[in-house]
Amino acid sequence: MGNNVLVRMHNITKKFPGVLANDRVNFELKAGEIHALVGENGAGKTTLMNILYGIYQPDDGEIYIRGRRAVIKSPKEAIKLGIGMVHQHFTLISTLTVAENIILGETSTRLIAPIRDVENRIRRISESYGLKVNPKARIWELSVGERQKVEIIKTLYREAEILILDEPTSVLTPIETVELFRVLRRMAGEGRGIVFITHKLDEVLAIGNRATILRRGRVVGTVDVGKTCREELAEMMIGRKVIANKYSKKSIVGSTILKIEDLCVNDDKGLEAVKNISLQISGGEILGIAGIAGNGQRELAEAIAGLRRVKHGRIVLDGEEITNVDVKKVIEKGVAYIPEDRISMGIVSDLNIAENIILRKYRYKPYSNNLFLNFKFINSFSAELIDKFNIIASSINTPVKLLSGGNIQKLILARELSGNPKLIIAVNPTAGLDIVATDYVRRKLIEMRNNGKAILLVSEDLEEIVSLSDRIVVMYGGRITGILKPEDVSVEKIGLLMTGGRSEN
Amino acid sequence: MRIKLEKRENITRTLSITVTLFSVLAAMTFIGLIFQVIGINPVLAYIMIFYGSLGDIYGLSETIVKTIPILLCSTGLAVAFRAAMFNIGAEGQLLMGAIASTYIALYVIPNSQSIIIIPLMFIMGFTAGALWALIPAILKTKLSVNEVITTLMMNYIAEQLTMYLTTGPWRGVELWGFPYTENIPAQAYLPCISGTRIHYPTLIIGLCAAALIYVFTSRSKIGYEIRVVGGSREAARYAGISYVRVALITMTISGGLAGVAGVGEVAGIHHRLSPFKISSGYGYTAIIAAWLGKLNPIVALVASFFIGTLLVGGDILQVKLNLPYATVNIFNGVILLFIIGGELLLRYRVKVIM
Repeated sequence: MGNNVLVRMHNITKKFPGVLANDRVNFELKAGEIHALVGENGAGKTTLMNILYGIYQPDDGEIYIRGRRAVIKSPKEAIKLGIGMVHQHFTLISTLTVAENIILGETSTRLIAPIRDVENRIRRISESYGLKVNPKARIWELSVGERQKVEIIKTLYREAEILILDEPTSVLTPIETVELFRVLRRMAGEGRGIVFITHKLDEVLAIGNRATILRRGRVVGTVDVGKTCREELAEMMIGRKVIANKYSKKSIVGSTILKIEDLCVNDDKGLEAVKNISLQISGGEILGIAGIAGNGQRELAEAIAGLRRVKHGRIVLDGEEITNVDVKKVIEKGVAYIPEDRISMGIVSDLNIAENIILRKYRYKPYSNNLFLNFKFINSFSAELIDKFNIIASSINTPVKLLSGGNIQKLILARELSGNPKLIIAVNPTAGLDIVATDYVRRKLIEMRNNGKAILLVSEDLEEIVSLSDRIVVMYGGRITGILKPEDVSVEKIGLLMTGGRSEN
Repeated sequence: MRIKLEKRENITRTLSITVTLFSVLAAMTFIGLIFQVIGINPVLAYIMIFYGSLGDIYGLSETIVKTIPILLCSTGLAVAFRAAMFNIGAEGQLLMGAIASTYIALYVIPNSQSIIIIPLMFIMGFTAGALWALIPAILKTKLSVNEVITTLMMNYIAEQLTMYLTTGPWRGVELWGFPYTENIPAQAYLPCISGTRIHYPTLIIGLCAAALIYVFTSRSKIGYEIRVVGGSREAARYAGISYVRVALITMTISGGLAGVAGVGEVAGIHHRLSPFKISSGYGYTAIIAAWLGKLNPIVALVASFFIGTLLVGGDILQVKLNLPYATVNIFNGVILLFIIGGELLLRYRVKVIM
């Protein structure tokens, strides 16, 4: 092993409209190593590996496979070069069997190998690696963990020497994760090179030989995992962001508005995403929840907004219990919600501005009477809000799908912040917005805070969390790993908490 | 050379109407080519179609007769499609309405007066059609079963049920073995505009339904809920709108109006139940009318009339030029295909890259 370089990616640059996903990235994979590719969401990890697997073409840069220049135009060519990739979202056909899925797309000289031979070979592979899967089973019968095994067997069946796994543990239980690591070590031991994409530092430390850290499309560095520590990795990943408090806040401490006790919530897959969380928010306070995406923040916010069932625990709003009540009731009680998924949840893109303004109010007076909408009021109210929130649109009858992202978010703010809410929940409220719109949204949230509202701000943007919040809760793996004051925040400390380290105090 | 599709950002109303009209014209040109191939002068054929169906009182009245069931079904479908409930089952729902009204007229209150029997036929026809549509709606909302499949399959069940009733328990005794029921009693006949077969009570119901639904979808609370659900189920959930409620209401309206169309066919035209003639595919044709009308009941009314024209024109071609009746189906099929193709052009800009 040693210096046997399987993959060298040199100066890879990839632009998407408005984003520089990879900026002159250098990456190297040796035979026999597990190389962790680390970074926050949107750092460009998956893009880089999709380039290696032939899904994207780089705008600039070269790829060398086993020392030879390679132009990989499609996954088919990547497979021929001995590259296998297990995507975050599996690419299996659920009505076909395991064996059928594995030979799907096979382009050997023989037309089709007899299925029994295929099944036998799958059995041999699965026995020798301890990847237990029945080759005759249909994919829909399998659990997510088993499906991942099928994907791995597929790469082994094709004799891939270079294996890419995109956040493989995100769908696994802890026991399955241990099992996966065992298999990966075994595969690396046989001289394969493995790229392991992750943002969990525990995993980097547990399984990586080397780690390359990406931030905003650039390589921060490549380190030997044995010679580094969690703190160093966390800092490289998150960076020394400008942490400045530029928003003026009045200090007012109101009474407790939101009280959450011992809350447990499941995610869409039925796994527990929020684990025994308790917290409180007072009027005139912004509570920021920091964390890398997928650590339960979204589920927590949805549970409070009445959009997700609470499994255990209580949510109390201004003295009234709102655990598992209908969304309608939650709206009535004064909970405003600025959803993360602005386009598919926050608006109805075919409807016009006025009709979107009333999305969560249409059933109440004066927006409607018993049967009919009161367009006279709705129209004047919408015109007023367009003016007040600086929404740039030709008229209230403009279909919302014609608005820019920033204007759509202003519309959602206009709707949610009008009507005197008690609690405002905002999930990644500035994601994807330009600087001007971002600043606008942040100023609005501060304004609401100064008016005595309680605000729960969930954001992946650390700068946003630090500059807006009065208190910061850090979540990792569905639990609170620390509660900080913004003035006490250091990159090292928060980075550690966000990646699974515990706070000492 | 490559062809690339680019999503259009702004779809104006003018563009939408132009594309639809262009699609219909393109379809008619294409059918003209078919006429040419089988040796018929297409211009002559179109003159025959439009003169025959619109040129005299008889033709016009027959066109209206054909328009009535299509109008009722397409109005209902426009509501269901607005909520993204893809009801393909108007045909079966129409048949259930026909069966229910026949049952009332022949077996429940055959001797009562028109004033009682006719309203009851309409009410039961609506109910039967609605219930038939609610089965797929419940399967969809409770078990996520695709409603396109279930509503389509329910059509076959309704067809076979009609066949069973007319060849079995309900078969008329004096009909020499034909699969018809007895004629319903004369007091169950719908009144017609004199000299024509236009059973105007059904027409009035259809026109009122179209007007009401137009007003309700654009201005009422429930209409708003329907549009939100159809636009984005996630947004509906966020707004606290019950998807189940909207699904059930829209399918009730949709199935019910198809059922009313069935009542009209039994009580207004055929005066008995028969498996072959009672619908002649109105439930399917109405899907085309609803899309042609862009799910706006008022525009769908115009589209229904246009399709009625083609149906009557098809009958005339059949008689005068000895063309098979399937010609009309080809007509409808081609038009639907071109409209769907036109939708693509409406949503995307086609770019040819050299």
